[in-house]
Amino acid sequence: MSHHTIDLTNVFYTYPDGTTALRNLSLHIGHGEAVAIVGSNGSGKTTLLSHLNGVLFPTEGAVNIGGYPVVKETLSHIRRTVGMIFQNPDDQLFMPTVYDDVAFGPLNLGYPPLEVEKRVMSVLKTVGAYALKDRPPYRLSGGQKRAVAIAAVLAMDPAILVMDEPTAALDPLARRKLITLLHTFSHTKIIATHDLDMVLDLCKRTIVLHNGTILADGPTLEIFRNKLILEQAGLEQPFSMQNCPVCSKS
Amino acid sequence: MIKLKSTWLDLRTIDDLAAQNTFIHSLNSCTKLVTTLAFILFVTSFSNYEVTSLIPLLFYPVALMSLGNLPYKPIAKRLLLIAPFIVFIGLLNPIFDKAPIAKLGPFLITGGWLSFLSITIKLLLTVTSALILVATTGMNSICSAMAQIGVPKPIVIQILFMYRYLHVLLEEFLKTNQAYDLRSFKTTGIHYKAWGSLLGQLLLRTMDRAQRIYQAMLCRGFDGKVPLRSAASWTKKEYVYLLFCLFFFLFCRFINIPQTLGRLLTGGFQ
Repeated sequence: MSHHTIDLTNVFYTYPDGTTALRNLSLHIGHGEAVAIVGSNGSGKTTLLSHLNGVLFPTEGAVNIGGYPVVKETLSHIRRTVGMIFQNPDDQLFMPTVYDDVAFGPLNLGYPPLEVEKRVMSVLKTVGAYALKDRPPYRLSGGQKRAVAIAAVLAMDPAILVMDEPTAALDPLARRKLITLLHTFSHTKIIATHDLDMVLDLCKRTIVLHNGTILADGPTLEIFRNKLILEQAGLEQPFSMQNCPVCSKS
Repeated sequence: MIKLKSTWLDLRTIDDLAAQNTFIHSLNSCTKLVTTLAFILFVTSFSNYEVTSLIPLLFYPVALMSLGNLPYKPIAKRLLLIAPFIVFIGLLNPIFDKAPIAKLGPFLITGGWLSFLSITIKLLLTVTSALILVATTGMNSICSAMAQIGVPKPIVIQILFMYRYLHVLLEEFLKTNQAYDLRSFKTTGIHYKAWGSLLGQLLLRTMDRAQRIYQAMLCRGFDGKVPLRSAASWTKKEYVYLLFCLFFFLFCRFINIPQTLGRLLTGGFQ
């Protein structure tokens, strides 16, 4: 496997309505890193993620994935490398059954049918959704939908996983299962989220976004200990780092 | 609102019936689609005033429902839903067409009433057969069968996506409607002034969602082609079923069975 790094250099992005969502953003993410992108609503997290697989192109600056610039010509390669898991799994599960949905990517990549079937079965087993394979997506619970959406992306064998709010709208048990599952992946992971406790569990590095720029970038624990930065970014320390409300009030 | 929601849940029950394992369910989807289309074609090919020779065709839906182990209730419920349409389509016939056709004791039967009855029977037959098709085959298999018999793929995909997102759209509408209900006091239903913005909201949200779905598709290598599962192949069973059905339809179409039977019987008594 080649080294799957992510480089953004001086990226600016302005939406057609004139809102500037990213301002002079530069970052480097190395191979196999697990990085959290945190920030308040509207800080530019989703816009940033959209740049990583060419859903959006920077108005200014450049995005580089594994040595390839993200431009129209390299899109098919980039989209194969970067697996994107959307915030709302309903947007991602558009095929009539779970099996068809997971097979959609590999079939588009032109794998032979037998290979597609093998892949689909194997990723469905990985995420624990094998029994759901013939169900229509609207018959799944939130946690199941999320698992299938992840399977659909894994089936394309991406080197980099990009996730937008993976734990949003999940019940505690489904959330824990997801975190355990994500732990088992050796991919480069980029997770945009408000769930800072999950970040503590999963990501060694955290990038704090504020108004479309990077406010802080460093080891997760260090950043979460710095209340000043968190406050400035519209965030709060994760619950597991706050004092216990029962035994000791600070 | 609760009523709207239950109607919707009902809609899926027809599709759920397709997950059974009977002789009819085991037939390949293409066969069933072709047979249903042929049935509809035959039924609609009868003349406007035909009533008696349509009756034997009732055998087809009844036989399918019993062979396919389908409950009568949900299908009858759907038929009730379309009943108003039938009435409106045929309503004016008895008024405009007053030509007398037959006399039944003191009652004069006009052409209008006859054609009204004919339309009703035809609609009942065609709609029931379509419902049975969904209940024995399921939407997804019907779509792959459509692709196989040559319906343009974009149309098939439109239908599939529509069916998939109907649920999401309706849920969104119900939520909006509930939010409206909770904050509009005294009124029942939606005030006509609010319809515009409610529907506008829904449209904008739908467009946003379409954009996101398209992006999700692009992310997984979409290049204009949606891979559809192909329908199962034809075996002897399918050919026999199709031939038998076609023969039965032809028989009903060209021989007025009730009339012939009646003649035979009355002839026998003479």
